[in-house]
Amino acid sequence: MSIFSYNGAAIVAMAGKECVAIGSDLRFGVQMQTITCDTPKVFKIHDKLYLGLSGLLTDAQTLHQKLMFRHNLYKLREERDMKPSTFGHLLSNALYERRFGPYFAAPVVAGLEPDGTPFLCGMDTIGAIETAKDFMITGTSPESLYGMCESMWRPDMGPEELFETVAQCLMSGFDRDALAGWGAVIHVITKDKVISRTLKTRMD
Amino acid sequence: MDFFVGIKGKDFVMVCSDTSASHSIINIKQDEDKIVPIDDHKVFCIAGEAGDRVNFSEYIIANVKLYALRNDTELNTKSVANYTRGELATALRSSPYHCNLMLAGYDKETGPALYWLDYLATLNKVNTGGTGYGSYFTLSLFDKMWHPELTVDEAVAMIDAGIAEVKKRLVVAPPHYMIKVIDKDGVRVLKTV
Repeated sequence: MSIFSYNGAAIVAMAGKECVAIGSDLRFGVQMQTITCDTPKVFKIHDKLYLGLSGLLTDAQTLHQKLMFRHNLYKLREERDMKPSTFGHLLSNALYERRFGPYFAAPVVAGLEPDGTPFLCGMDTIGAIETAKDFMITGTSPESLYGMCESMWRPDMGPEELFETVAQCLMSGFDRDALAGWGAVIHVITKDKVISRTLKTRMD
Repeated sequence: MDFFVGIKGKDFVMVCSDTSASHSIINIKQDEDKIVPIDDHKVFCIAGEAGDRVNFSEYIIANVKLYALRNDTELNTKSVANYTRGELATALRSSPYHCNLMLAGYDKETGPALYWLDYLATLNKVNTGGTGYGSYFTLSLFDKMWHPELTVDEAVAMIDAGIAEVKKRLVVAPPHYMIKVIDKDGVRVLKTV
């Protein structure tokens, strides 16, 4: 049993035309037992920046709290929200600080830069950062998610089309994963609003 | 093996625990009260390693009391749950507490709340929850029977059905159980089975 598949998660983030979408499944379980079906793994940092964290849920919760703390301090000092690219590097640094006793969480950062361009990046558990122009995924069934995203993604999708694509990729991706699923939540971030939708899916 | 379940109702939280205290194969007593009060309107149900259970619960309860004395105000359930998670998480990478627990409480402003925490410090707010082998048999039953406007009688019926299932199917089922309810009037024992 791997520590990364103790809880289970599936997270997909995609970039469209001046918008990004990020979604996760809603299952919370301990190995084979499902405890709740209302635990999203995507957290809001600010209106234009969302963070998805897969892996061990306790470390995902701790990281989320530490990053909220860092961002709140940043906001007080700088009097503005943190840019997504800055946040990505902050997170990468925070993870590498624990190189020899890491947080067992793999993050995906999705946001809109101040000029409106989408920003997507993902990291492994010790903070090796990679940015992408199309999509970023993490979770307990990466092969399924990569396969779906690679086939479905197209450049310059609008917010509605992007939502549909992320929804289909996420749902088909976690259908084959016993540890992820049981509902999904997807946030579509555009320059003036965020639309969050909760999906009813196969409950198995 | 400790059995704990909790159910959140319309304006109350109900928790049930078994009442046996045992060491390996020996039953020391059959009337142990394992639902520990934190203050007038909150309780802990802690299962796990013997020393860790008592040590950790006493530590949290003492700190909650200290906060109340220093600040002249009681902490609400959400704060205690997050504080507990913080303590578990801090200890996780040095000397972890090996206990799974549920926190049930009632606040005047926000009503009833039930939190599930495991030994890794994963916190979740739940409507129904349980720890241990007992939860394997009762959680699906509760999923079927729970609804947001649950009354005390319906919750007792749910717990009775859960206990019956555990007694029927679990090899090492405890013989006696205690059901407590937490609402605006505080914590009280509803019945013992």
